[in-house]
Amino acid sequence: MAGGGDESGMLVWLVMRLWGCIRDAFLPWKRTKAYQRSRLWTHMAWIGADSLPIVSIISACVGIILALQSATQLEKVGALSYVANLVGFSIVTELGPLLVCLILAGRAGAAFTAEIATMRISEEIDALEVMGIDPVRFLIWPKFAAMCVMAPLLTLWGDAVGITAGGVFSALALGLPGKAYFLQTANFLGMRDVAAGLIKSAGFGITITIVSCWQGLLAREGAADVGRRTTRAVVQSIFLMILLDLFFTALNYIFR
Amino acid sequence: MSGRLGSPEIALDAVSVGYGERIVLSGVTTTLPAGKVSVILGGSGCGKSTLLRNIIGLVPIRTGRIVLGGKDMAAMDAAERLAMRRRMGVLFQDGALLGSMRLGENIALPLREHTDLTDSLIEEIVRLKLRLVGLADFMDYFPSELSGGMRKRAGLARAMALDPAVLLCDEPTSGLDPITAAEMDQLVLELKTTFDMTIVVVTHDLESLSAIADHVVVLNQGKMLFEGTLPALAGCGDPFIRQFLDRQPSRESRVLSERWSALVARRREAVAAGRERGRSAC
Repeated sequence: MAGGGDESGMLVWLVMRLWGCIRDAFLPWKRTKAYQRSRLWTHMAWIGADSLPIVSIISACVGIILALQSATQLEKVGALSYVANLVGFSIVTELGPLLVCLILAGRAGAAFTAEIATMRISEEIDALEVMGIDPVRFLIWPKFAAMCVMAPLLTLWGDAVGITAGGVFSALALGLPGKAYFLQTANFLGMRDVAAGLIKSAGFGITITIVSCWQGLLAREGAADVGRRTTRAVVQSIFLMILLDLFFTALNYIFR
Repeated sequence: MSGRLGSPEIALDAVSVGYGERIVLSGVTTTLPAGKVSVILGGSGCGKSTLLRNIIGLVPIRTGRIVLGGKDMAAMDAAERLAMRRRMGVLFQDGALLGSMRLGENIALPLREHTDLTDSLIEEIVRLKLRLVGLADFMDYFPSELSGGMRKRAGLARAMALDPAVLLCDEPTSGLDPITAAEMDQLVLELKTTFDMTIVVVTHDLESLSAIADHVVVLNQGKMLFEGTLPALAGCGDPFIRQFLDRQPSRESRVLSERWSALVARRREAVAAGRERGRSAC
């Protein structure tokens, strides 16, 4: 592969090729072939729709946990009605994007690395190149585009499920009126908070895809290397996501 | 020089290849003739597959030139390289079919990428190519559901999808039973005569060599030892080539084998002597 050589060289090469794909996607004369569109839909369905059950369960649990934790503390100062504010804000700005993308790193990112690494070792990527098919455009671009769209959408869904679960739990167990809970959440959260969470999740999604596919392309030495690269991809994705989270949160604080 | 229907010759001019610091081959100068089957022969690890990857353009050469149909591959721009790759079909060692796609989709892939043919026409061509390699009934199978020989034949069908002028095969008969290997050789010969292609086969299979080769290149220890026709190869007096063609073990391996035999004999004698002593003591 042209990018060959050292690991950082391969990363730069991959990012440049993906940048080329993004640029071409907006050029009207660069028509996307039907089979490539079909690959994009397949990836979107797999990353998005297939992740819905696990994202829903975890978001609901986190919504209830947050409601419980907030209630324990706020009850002491007689401010139980602020549970809605705490749950909504924590989920939308922080936990929603982070948890959804942690799930995506473990579910989709690991699969991306394993798939690309196996293809690398079994000469399938070489075969694509000699057929005159750009492996980045064919293999990685659909994953990248699907992740850019589905990570924010899943986050939006996770936010909604988490807030609803927190509200239902507060109504049933804490005795807070359900309607008031949701009105308070809606009044407290601004579009800026929602947008900050969605931008974060898009950034996390991009990070997961680039790191996972990069590690996959670096695989060389058989089945053991596939496992090693997959582990490395998940660990690096999580580490970079936390760093990125810190960066986004700091930016949000500075420009509040 | 070109073959009758435009199959190009491949000229290697003082080509050196290697990985990192290691030089695998140096100073290879030869011409693989148009419209003929050229066999690159050599022992394991002599650099023949690397040379094939250089010809394909997957690995850049260190020095020298590879000229395909009169065009220096290193001097080609991206569009020319793409056009050149469309004229090349490559059969990888294990077929290198995409495991996530069915056989039909694998064969259709280059057609979908490089042509604007309708789906029905592409399906027709895929059936034709699979029939050519005897796999017409396996269109909906995944590669993992096929035997090694079938995967190689399917890889050949995919390599033939765009009717290439040059076909490059990396060890097409390795790991196959003798009957399947002979069928593969037959297929290569049929492709040559039917489509007038320039075919390059990398192998160390002597049966395959005698069945298909028009032109032979022998590599050993980073150098080209021989190039010429099959009868010239048979008359060649080079010690490595004689040893290779006569399937003789190397001198080091013979010495090791003799030492091992002597060791085993001494051990047997010692065991027998021990038993004898035991019997006398009783």
